[in-house]
Amino acid sequence: MAYRSVNQSVRKKDAMQLLLGKPVYVEDIVPKDALVVKLLRSPHANAIVQDIKLDTALKVAGVEAIYTWQDVPQTRFAIAGQTYPEPSPYDRLILDRHVRFVGDPVAIIAAENEKAALAAMKRIKVTYEVLPAVLDPRTAMDSEILVHPEEDWYPPCEVGGDNKRNLVASGVEADGDVEKILADCDIVLDHVYHTKACDQAMMETFRTYTQTDRYGRLHVISSTQIVFHCRRILSRALGIPKSKIRVEKPRIGGGFGAKQTAVCEVYPAFVTIKTGKPALLIYSREESKLAGSPRHEMQMHVRLGAMNDGTIRAIDLHTLSNSGAYGEHGPTTVGLSGHKSIPLYTGRLEAFRFSYDVVYTNLQPAGAYRGYGATQGIFAVESAVNELSEKLGFDPTVIRDKNMVREGMVMPAYYGETASACALDRCMSRCRRIFDWDARYPVRDMGNGKVRAAGVAMAMQGSSISFVDVGSATVKLSEDGTYNLILGAADMGTGCDTILAQMVAECMDCDVDDVAVFSADTDVSPYDSGSYASSTTYLTGKAVEKACSQLKKQILTIAAEMLECDNTGLLLFEPKGIRHMWTGRVATLEQIAYKAQCFNTHPAEATASHTSEVSPPPFMVGMVEIELDKETGKVDILDFTAVVDCGTPINPALARIQTEGGIVQGIGMALTEDIHYDCKGRPMESSFMQYKIPTRLDMGKLRVEFESSYETSGPFGAKSIGEIVINPPAPAIAHAIYRATGVWHRDLPITPEKIVMGK
Amino acid sequence: MEIKLILNGKAVTDHIEADTLLLDFVRAHGCYSVKRGCETSNCGLCTVLMDGKPVLSCSTLAARADGHEITTLEGLQEEAADFVGFIADQGAEQCGFCNPGFVMNTIALLRENPDPTDDEIRQFLAGNLCRCSGYEGQLRGIRNYLDQRGGRHGI
Ligand code: FES
Ligand code: FES
Repeated sequence: MAYRSVNQSVRKKDAMQLLLGKPVYVEDIVPKDALVVKLLRSPHANAIVQDIKLDTALKVAGVEAIYTWQDVPQTRFAIAGQTYPEPSPYDRLILDRHVRFVGDPVAIIAAENEKAALAAMKRIKVTYEVLPAVLDPRTAMDSEILVHPEEDWYPPCEVGGDNKRNLVASGVEADGDVEKILADCDIVLDHVYHTKACDQAMMETFRTYTQTDRYGRLHVISSTQIVFHCRRILSRALGIPKSKIRVEKPRIGGGFGAKQTAVCEVYPAFVTIKTGKPALLIYSREESKLAGSPRHEMQMHVRLGAMNDGTIRAIDLHTLSNSGAYGEHGPTTVGLSGHKSIPLYTGRLEAFRFSYDVVYTNLQPAGAYRGYGATQGIFAVESAVNELSEKLGFDPTVIRDKNMVREGMVMPAYYGETASACALDRCMSRCRRIFDWDARYPVRDMGNGKVRAAGVAMAMQGSSISFVDVGSATVKLSEDGTYNLILGAADMGTGCDTILAQMVAECMDCDVDDVAVFSADTDVSPYDSGSYASSTTYLTGKAVEKACSQLKKQILTIAAEMLECDNTGLLLFEPKGIRHMWTGRVATLEQIAYKAQCFNTHPAEATASHTSEVSPPPFMVGMVEIELDKETGKVDILDFTAVVDCGTPINPALARIQTEGGIVQGIGMALTEDIHYDCKGRPMESSFMQYKIPTRLDMGKLRVEFESSYETSGPFGAKSIGEIVINPPAPAIAHAIYRATGVWHRDLPITPEKIVMGK
Repeated sequence: MEIKLILNGKAVTDHIEADTLLLDFVRAHGCYSVKRGCETSNCGLCTVLMDGKPVLSCSTLAARADGHEITTLEGLQEEAADFVGFIADQGAEQCGFCNPGFVMNTIALLRENPDPTDDEIRQFLAGNLCRCSGYEGQLRGIRNYLDQRGGRHGI
């Protein structure tokens, strides 16, 4: 289908502002005289604050206030940005006497400047009763040490959690008799895979500014993906009505899910509520790494049953997820480890079982990171399928052709949804062709101590959370016949403001430049769950389509009066105006817009919301070629080729950049992004010096192509793209490393040390 | 202490604390393009030019700028506008938070080596982290810019 504005690589609306360094982020736009907020953090993984002495700290010149657990409201809340009632337990206080990880805040310091705040922090004397800590997720469940012994721990949803067992959530889902089928298989692979608590490492750390607005309300300007959830969270945490809070976001310096959690908003908000003064909290890089909201560390036990001819008949997956000291996103991320991995093999699967336990530990709490559990599950299941292929002596792409999900199949492991739009088979054959799989799959010894080898993986994700997420849009006609698009979704750099404007332009038959976009502000924007769960293009996009068709009706109604026509069916919507089919008279959009402002009762604007009963998966195939140095264990990525089915790419350039960015994050997760804890439970990789994200020298050539299906429930046939793209690199790279070395690495990241040691 | 410097072509005299970082100094003087992404000199977001050479303003004392010429992206809007449109055409600006440092370092590169190869570009910009774009789009943008002005190293 030929489109005028969608499926076009339009420049992002904010591109030149960003590239020319204009002040558009939180720290650039807020007043410079705000109180500087700093947090004193616990050095212990599990401790009770016995005593805090503030007297000398309060004497530091410029200190406005210091707050401790005795000063804050005693209502527990969750900081996960999720639709109410949240699956995440209410297990936090703004400051708790019981601190549960190294980095848990003990005191909030507000001062006129940073120096004073830091000087005061040094002078606070805290006496802790240090408790033994739960530092190993594998022994956390039913440990006698409880991370959350408190009686007021509260789960708003029933998700199988029990704080008296260190359990955030647990559950089992199954279809068919897994044990029986496994017993009947020629071969059963049984392996355990492990992924780490990777850090989103968005370049702009967590930050929030708060002030009292001119109506005496709390006005929050935050780098957040979730303005509406943030307002609700603050309301509960601070004990003030939602009508007294306004949350807005300016441009965001990256999120990747980190900012789907209200990591830092409550602290400056509390300062502003108490002092009435503006307050600004900016996390250092170190704080972002110690007390952020990283990926859930997961251990996945896969049992994969197959026949000697390569038919995959049963998958049994158990995931143990480490939620850390608090439960945000714990019950939901784990679900994706099964829901977004097992269905890839719907083709011949006769039975599956997916069970999980999510545990509390005294480690940094995890949250939402692009891929949201799917990344972990796909590493495990895709690795197991690669192991199966190698064991049976099959080309792993052939085994996938035989077993993969195909268009029209019902996916029992994916809520029974039908793969209504699925080009996974075409992605595979195209990827095989452009990567030249047949030539590169065989291992090649380069004769200089280096080996070249290739690996492959498939992936899926969802598009929004079915039966939950709500996307909304308001479209208004302006006097000159242009449009305003007002959103509650959050463009965090991905370009969704532009993508949604392209949809308005397509619907209203105007130029993208004729659509001005605003997002997001709880006072102004229509309600939107926010930008996460791969929902914005798919869900908010559909809301944009609906709002446009309503606005067209409004415009026709106004035009009908002007053209003295009592049947709007006779009116034609044309680019610059409305034409009466019979009389040929035209009312220009400009005339209509002015009419709307004078002696008129029909609004020249429309708001629409959309929700979905399905979450159509995008699909992807990734292939990698590596060069491995047998002496040092160093792995160089030579080529990563990916073919993605995201339905119609609304903006192919932006879809491509999403894919490239996701692949490079996936390469980091596979090879370098490591987390170790010292004996006290403190992460040792607390800066970019130790936590190595890929530089532009650490990725080889990236090639991205699209093989589109058409998803009828999405706008213009679109599905999602933002998250899926991080999933294939880890299993594909682990596969290539096996090909080069003969050793399967089931523990990420696969560092040169591990490769050299052969384990 | 008092320092005198040229900031984006204008003479500036100011009293500073001895431990003031150049990054905080330029931001305090309205150069908000300069960003902080780390505390360990690893990200390159804070890149400015000192006497035309790129430096990390997060690990340079403002006192060291005394008597020197400091340029931030605010002072190089036209030179930047010349090529950043090519990056915009790729959509590679993404969140934008790394852009000013990356653009400043690219300007430094192109002044030093007007016709770099792709590998020279990667090497020169290796210290500029970007978590969003995956780097390829930035490279394509620079390459397209060089090609249209007749660079010899295009592929
Ligand atoms: S702020 Fe990271 S290198 Fe300067
Ligand atoms: S564009 Fe976001 S970090 Fe580079």
